[in-house]
Amino acid sequence: MILACAVIALVIGTVLFHFLSPWWFTPIASNWTTMDDTVNLTFWVTGAVFVAVNLFMAYCIVRYLHRKGTKAHYEPENKKLEWWLTIVTSVGIAAMLAPGLLVWAKFVTVPAGASEMEVVGEQWNFSYRFPGKDGLFGTTNVRLASPENPFAIDPNDPKGQDDVVVYGPEVHLPLGKPVKVLGRAKDVLHQFAVPAFRVKMDMVPGMVTYFWLIPTRTGSFDALCEQLCGTAHFTMRGRVIVEEEKDFQAWLAAQPTYAQTRAAAAGDVTAGQASYAVCSACHGAQGEGNPQLNAPKLAGQAGWYLTRQLQDFKLGIRGASEKDQYGKQMVAFAAMLADDTAVKNVVAYISSLPDAHPQGTVSGNPSKGREHYETCAYCHGSGGQGVWSTNAPRLSNMSDWYMKRQLENFRQGVRGSHPQDFNGAQMAAMAKSLTDEQAINDVVKHIDSL
Amino acid sequence: MAYAAIADRDHTHPLHEPKSFLTRYIWSQDHKVIAIQYTITAIAIGLVALTLSILMRLQLGFPHSFSLIAPQNYYQFITLHGMIMVIYLLTALFLGGFGNYLIPLMCGARDMVFPYLNMVSYWVYLLAVLILVAGFFVPGGATGSGWTLYPPQAILSGSPGARWGIVCMLASLATFIVAFTMGGLNYVTTVLQARCRGMTMMRMPLSVWGIFMATVLGLLAFPALFVSAIMMTLDCLAGTSFFMPAVSSMGQPLGYNGGSPLLFQHLFWFFGHPEVYIVALPAFGIVSDLLSTHARRHIFGYRMMVWAILAIGCLSFVVWAHHMYVSGMNPYFGFFFATTTLIIAVPTAIKVYNWVLTLWRGDIHLTVPMLFAIGFIFTFINGGLTGLFLGNVPVDVPLSATYFVVAHFHLVMGVSPILVVFGALYHWYPKMTGKMLDDTLGRIHFWITFIGTYMIYLPMYYLGILGLPRRYYAWDEAIQFIPPSVHTMNKWITVSALFVAAVQLVFLFNLVWSLFKGKPAGGNPWRATTLEWQTPDTPPVHGNWGERLPVVYRWAYDYSVPGAKEDFIPQNVPPDKLAPIGHAQGQK
Repeated sequence: MILACAVIALVIGTVLFHFLSPWWFTPIASNWTTMDDTVNLTFWVTGAVFVAVNLFMAYCIVRYLHRKGTKAHYEPENKKLEWWLTIVTSVGIAAMLAPGLLVWAKFVTVPAGASEMEVVGEQWNFSYRFPGKDGLFGTTNVRLASPENPFAIDPNDPKGQDDVVVYGPEVHLPLGKPVKVLGRAKDVLHQFAVPAFRVKMDMVPGMVTYFWLIPTRTGSFDALCEQLCGTAHFTMRGRVIVEEEKDFQAWLAAQPTYAQTRAAAAGDVTAGQASYAVCSACHGAQGEGNPQLNAPKLAGQAGWYLTRQLQDFKLGIRGASEKDQYGKQMVAFAAMLADDTAVKNVVAYISSLPDAHPQGTVSGNPSKGREHYETCAYCHGSGGQGVWSTNAPRLSNMSDWYMKRQLENFRQGVRGSHPQDFNGAQMAAMAKSLTDEQAINDVVKHIDSL
Repeated sequence: MAYAAIADRDHTHPLHEPKSFLTRYIWSQDHKVIAIQYTITAIAIGLVALTLSILMRLQLGFPHSFSLIAPQNYYQFITLHGMIMVIYLLTALFLGGFGNYLIPLMCGARDMVFPYLNMVSYWVYLLAVLILVAGFFVPGGATGSGWTLYPPQAILSGSPGARWGIVCMLASLATFIVAFTMGGLNYVTTVLQARCRGMTMMRMPLSVWGIFMATVLGLLAFPALFVSAIMMTLDCLAGTSFFMPAVSSMGQPLGYNGGSPLLFQHLFWFFGHPEVYIVALPAFGIVSDLLSTHARRHIFGYRMMVWAILAIGCLSFVVWAHHMYVSGMNPYFGFFFATTTLIIAVPTAIKVYNWVLTLWRGDIHLTVPMLFAIGFIFTFINGGLTGLFLGNVPVDVPLSATYFVVAHFHLVMGVSPILVVFGALYHWYPKMTGKMLDDTLGRIHFWITFIGTYMIYLPMYYLGILGLPRRYYAWDEAIQFIPPSVHTMNKWITVSALFVAAVQLVFLFNLVWSLFKGKPAGGNPWRATTLEWQTPDTPPVHGNWGERLPVVYRWAYDYSVPGAKEDFIPQNVPPDKLAPIGHAQGQK
């Protein structure tokens, strides 16, 4: 009897939970409302079966529970009943399958005239490419990938020169226009999933995959990797901004083409040296850093990382938090670098400075720290040398007190919580696996020994 | 009949009479001892997997509170949890454990037809388990590439255990498959060749049918996993490129070229989907017998049940790519695989109807095995119906790789089969040991497990619809569409999981305590019809049947036959021992 009540209670509870639960699809932002419709249809059909069969079972438990002197009914087969159930079930199944196949027929047919966008997956970030004026993508070869050519586009392919490259996890799409999304991966399987769009597809190294959609709502939508792609999988994040066509065109025009990224001149060390005079007041003449002035060592750090941080300071992406007192100071100084060329020049000069091991200031247990560092090594490299493709800066030979402060900042959301700071958000998610200050001291101590 | 040749070796001595403690309990060739060895080993490694799941839930419910669960550890835990539960616990327990115990006893044989091979099968299985566990201790730790072990990430440095952990995993799987093949050939041959007189195929209990068909599936499906394991080991150690296209890793180009990651996925799921039924079919069969025995009623529509098992078995080989709708394979495959997948729901639904119709007009005894059997039906209906979402291709696309999938497969192929395992252990423990398991502890075990697991997984469906991705170490605030209520729910789920895990200790205690203090069971405590309850000794001694093999006169489900004195007629009762009654002989 308790069992029958429990079954009935679970059925009622399930139905109530279905209607009362606060979790349902995010408001749809694409043309794939038919997918939601088939989901709803499937809920109705399966929900009816769930309720009917379980309530019938509960009835049986109550009605045919053992009583003294009663005997079960002996009727091994009931052909008629069995056939009826088979037919009714088949009809129910067909009622769900048929609309499903019709929706899928639309999915496999990309509308003529759909524009194309390529999304590239790499541990653990997304980047994007548009075909440019000629409407054709340049060929790629993963062996050509480098910090200067992260898309691995063949430099000799004329089709690739006008490709618009977006080396970062945020992309824009025009409202109401069909777009075919091509998926490519450089290392392992990834997936480009935007829950608000419903459609998603794996990106597979060695081949190009695709799906299509029409964005139907302006706004900003999360993109996630939903195919396990390694240790930092859960931090692989992107964003799609859907906007009116003219805004999209303006955004697209502001993005560099592949040819432009190649043509950009290298930084001028002499010009950089002049700008560096300001920096040297805090960071030291040799970029050796100064803990008293809260200025970390710069010499030896990867140029791409310094460039990005200077740009982020300039844009207010870094140093945005009220609590980031030293970051705020740096915002003011970075603003003195007039443009990208100035940034490039000063970075070129810093890269020319001699690299020396800074004095260790943090005390901790290096062997415990080595265990924690296993997580760090996935992005920063086992020697802390930094890895450009994971956007992970060099850690070895850098200021340990600075790393400690940044780890604390990341954990407390002082750094990495600006909506445009995707890499910072990744590091913030990772830094949280260091559960206390001791763990931070230990790992920094270990890094000091690398 | 083919079976007579072996079945009739009645008065000759069995070939492998044990002579010492060592040959009786350790290097035993007796199917019952091997079954218990399999069962204990499977439960032991299953406890490891249970512990891993608790560690995972602690991280998800209370993120960043436990320094020993770093991201790479979390991925190692999910990988090993999944692999152990599916292969080393459920497959080994249903086939190596219940298959070994039940096939000879239910078919009326003295033992498996190849007892020596049967013994070797267990020891190779144990070796596979040891290699698996060794994976935790190699440099770099166990593999963390997910139980699907997809290349390229499984062997590239961005995943934990990409060098030695994955090699241990693959070596362990290959070893397991060797063990399974030895056992599997035995089960199939015994069912086909060693049934006693009168035991036609259509008189076999559904437990034997389920285990038999699952074994056939295993023999056909595991080779696909075996070759994938060998090929990926070569990719990892010898630099071949079976599954590896030109890739870079950490910004550095590698030497691989020309292989296909999708090839692995096809091979894996060509094994992986039948594997679902390798676990499910024995559960289907066993639960049918539990329901029939404890409802004192024949299984409803026996022939339809047998055909459904065969149909599911055959169809299970043509549905595999429904795991790959968003893998990047040619999307046109979606039409075919969605259709086959939804067709397989028809025989599955028939089985569910027939279980419920077995209760209908029955004489239901709510014993502990019966509680678990009914709990199974409820859980399986829920998990099975949500399979119709994921099998239908456009419905799957938004739900794939979310917690909806986690809820579905845990309910349908995790919780459902394990409820049957528990029911079956409560049901057959008296035969295995001669002692009853404690009833009160059994009921506590049932209620917390049944309700607790549903409370774990029901909310996950809705988290999945929201879009919560699975295989995430943590969901941080940067994801805009995830509200704080999700994190609260995750805490509740973890609390439920802790209760469910804790009550399994009660079950373990019951298993040990009852062995010494349990009520004596007698030969046939459930008043069941099938042959294993008709052995001259309980527990059955070596050779099972004493002087003469049983002879079978009727099907396995003569419960509550009209006019019969008792409400059950064992299969080996000849018609002339019965009062003259209508159609007491049941099926031919």
